[in-house]
Amino acid sequence: MATEITVGIAGAAGDGLDRVGDTLARAAARLGLSVFTYNSYQSLIRGGHTWLRLRIGEKKLTNHGDRLDVLIALNQDSIERHVPEVASGGAVLFNTKLECDPDLLPKGVRAVPIPVADLTKDLGRLPPVMQNTAALGALLHLAGLDVEVAAEILHETFRHKGEEIIRQNVGTLRAGYEHAVKTEKPLDFKWKFSRKRRPVVTGNQMIGLGAAAAGCKLYSAYPMSPASSILHWLATHSEKTGIVVKQAEDELAVVNMAIGAGHAGIRAMCATSGGGFALMTEAIGMAGMIEAPVVVVNVMRGGPSTGLPTKTEQGDLNQAFGASQGDFPRVIVAPRDALDCYEATVEAFNIAEEFQLPVILLSDLYLAEHRSTIDADRVSPDVKIERGEWANGTGNGRFRRFRLTKSGVSPRARPGTPGMMFIAGTDEHDERGVLVSDEHTNAAIRRKMHEKRMRKMDEVLKRLPAPKLEGPSKAKVTLVGWGSTHGVLEEAAARLEEDGITANRLHLKYLYPFHGRKVKEILSKCKRTIVVEANYAGQLARHLRAETGIEAKHVVTRYDGEPLDPDYVVQRVKDCVAGRAQDLKVQKAEAREMAYHYIRIHLHDEARPARVSKGAKGRHGEPVFDVELVSRKGKEPRGRLVIGRETGAIHAYEEQGA
Amino acid sequence: MTIMKDAPERTIKDLEGDVHPDWCPGCGDFGVLKSLKEAIVELKIPSHEVLVVSGIGCSSNLPGFIHAYGVHSLHGRAIPVATGALLANHKLRVIAVGGDGDGYGIGIGHCLHAMRRNLNLTYIVMDNEIYGLTTGQTSPTTTEGHKTKSTPRGNVEKPIQPLALALAAGATFVARGFSANQKQLTELMAQAIAHKGFSLIDVFSPCVTFNKINTYQWFKERVYDLDAEQGYDPTDLSAALAKSLEWGERIPLGKLYQVERPVYEDTEPLFRKGPLVDHKLGLDKATFDELLGEST
Repeated sequence: MATEITVGIAGAAGDGLDRVGDTLARAAARLGLSVFTYNSYQSLIRGGHTWLRLRIGEKKLTNHGDRLDVLIALNQDSIERHVPEVASGGAVLFNTKLECDPDLLPKGVRAVPIPVADLTKDLGRLPPVMQNTAALGALLHLAGLDVEVAAEILHETFRHKGEEIIRQNVGTLRAGYEHAVKTEKPLDFKWKFSRKRRPVVTGNQMIGLGAAAAGCKLYSAYPMSPASSILHWLATHSEKTGIVVKQAEDELAVVNMAIGAGHAGIRAMCATSGGGFALMTEAIGMAGMIEAPVVVVNVMRGGPSTGLPTKTEQGDLNQAFGASQGDFPRVIVAPRDALDCYEATVEAFNIAEEFQLPVILLSDLYLAEHRSTIDADRVSPDVKIERGEWANGTGNGRFRRFRLTKSGVSPRARPGTPGMMFIAGTDEHDERGVLVSDEHTNAAIRRKMHEKRMRKMDEVLKRLPAPKLEGPSKAKVTLVGWGSTHGVLEEAAARLEEDGITANRLHLKYLYPFHGRKVKEILSKCKRTIVVEANYAGQLARHLRAETGIEAKHVVTRYDGEPLDPDYVVQRVKDCVAGRAQDLKVQKAEAREMAYHYIRIHLHDEARPARVSKGAKGRHGEPVFDVELVSRKGKEPRGRLVIGRETGAIHAYEEQGA
Repeated sequence: MTIMKDAPERTIKDLEGDVHPDWCPGCGDFGVLKSLKEAIVELKIPSHEVLVVSGIGCSSNLPGFIHAYGVHSLHGRAIPVATGALLANHKLRVIAVGGDGDGYGIGIGHCLHAMRRNLNLTYIVMDNEIYGLTTGQTSPTTTEGHKTKSTPRGNVEKPIQPLALALAAGATFVARGFSANQKQLTELMAQAIAHKGFSLIDVFSPCVTFNKINTYQWFKERVYDLDAEQGYDPTDLSAALAKSLEWGERIPLGKLYQVERPVYEDTEPLFRKGPLVDHKLGLDKATFDELLGEST
């Protein structure tokens, strides 16, 4: 009897799978189960292919996993694409108006057609998205979950829409459920429900909540995926949280507003993704120079340039290190899960104010948008708020705002305070803020002022907890990661151990300033260091070399836009241990995805890939895959695509009979 | 040495900064600085309630020359920095200053959006039709045909009409001054600072070193006072637009436009509890539970 299930819901954007996913996630969370969901959505309002996975289990889940037990397919395309992935013992749920080719079904997987129209004919005219609710009802029976909790959530969700809508939704849910009770034996799941309600949250939401708890008063933003949901959450809750939310004309304005506000004495934050962050960089240097506190969140997505707006990546570490000209104090923190988004945000504000500098929070789409249950007992509004040193008394009109102190921190004054007037200049300046940059340069003052600012980094480092090795102290491999991959690496390490490869982990949250000595001490004792990160170049691996002189034995990367998952990491770590190079050839499943792209662009979506096989050698200068295409209806052969296994090039499309 | 006091400054001497301006002798910016100080004295605003925010350029050095709070920010970013400070503490008198390159070139986007936002902000642009600090390149207001270091065959781009842009963008106070007309300039500044909403004063402030075309003499031959115009109505947008585009033989000085419109600060419900700087930090347990409870 399994105590964990992964449900995949696939359809087009606009099919309403978010709503059904939300109901399922919250229902499981109310039963006291752990939930982790990830939506591989596209940057489209309607159409495209959307793939939502919900992993539900009794034990705490730290990532979206890598298996599929039940598929709810909302269109034909989804059946074709995902049915082959369903694990034995699982099921495929679909409206009877769709067809599930028995050839596609893996062994031990049940096809469960649901006659939605028949089941709901007494409920009046229903919108097409209601098929989701019927499928959810059937799923609840198959998975042994509680239909009453789901009904209760639908009641709450549609309360504002009136009795009729509630009746339709709950009626459809029950109809799907009862149909399954009558026709299907439940799958092999057994649950203990603690019924301890858990909130289901995203990383972005927890950054918003963290900012509110930390006393942030201004949030400025320009819309950019995947940071926008922070803007939406804070805008919706502005009055409750006490945070003024201002959308501005561009990211230049956004960050300069936040810095202006920080200078004037409040806590301010802004968030964006890589492209917007690039625009913000000059001002981040200004915050370092005029010693203004600011929290800047970069929710990374696939780069470079516009890149992959709706896909995840950890590709902006180098950008964060290199943001803005010259040397200035900055702090870079990468939270590792949703709960940590809350804690790291609070901490970011404290560090920003205590040391009067910019703090960069590096999150990513995976962390920002996945939904997971958190233990409500572990978050509290009772957080420490440390505002740093403020000058008291009067400056008698000669306040030395940038006083050369041992710690590097100079007590500040709030503009508006009598007698404390000063100038905060982006040019190099003296203790009063008078320029020493231009007409009257002064090398001595410049040196001491520059050292004063940079000294703050030593003080910050003292305050940051040093990283610790997680897992067994002696292990065959040590996985090193940063930010959002913590949960994936934790599970990967456990699985490696089951397979006879003991693994421990070093996870880095504070990337700058960096506990180089401590990390060196840890890693120099490790047998085989493997850095795992979601980018192409191995940016953390390079940082490790720069800060510790240690070269990781291997770097496992991922940069196709999909998040790292335990199986991906386990397979590649095994390759590393066996001395196999990372296989960069086109995989069969990838050849199939490339074929889908070709079909969409050139064949008006009127075909689908069938068999993928190794093609004849010799003609294209590289090994190839032959992908047979068949018509959507009737499965007649349409032609054959020849795809290069090394380059991924489409070498030829040979039409049937041509 | 300036003595700290809570009372408003009585003379402009009280507003003297730490250092003497490093502008070239004869620079138009001296007149602007003087008028700004005179306006602050006239309005009886205590200097610690004033925050002067500038960008980068010769004129953007101004905050260093006035005894008030100041931010000498980045090129083109005076407006958003000023906006942030104003949102943090809307009891401050926030005055943004800078040059034509700073405000109408690299910073034009912020400039226009701040106007439509109608913040209670005064923006003084010292317009010398040239880039001075970088030693004489063409600027957004450089006249056509003007030979500069970057346009040796003469500028071929049409100069920007800042006042027309301001009117179109929704500024509620639009004026033009001339640094050689000290009395009028002081009066315009006092009105602008007292105005509730976004005020722009474009000030002809000749660059004696790098602009040999738009000299004091050049302006003196062309400018006239709008106040002397019979029947000019500064609440009439079309009349103001017509005046804002007047250029060449005759160029108007004075207040082109002033109307009342709700300021951004009035529309923000959280400001009803006073400036954000005085708000309590953090969340109470009930609110926190309510916010987190939405996700169960």
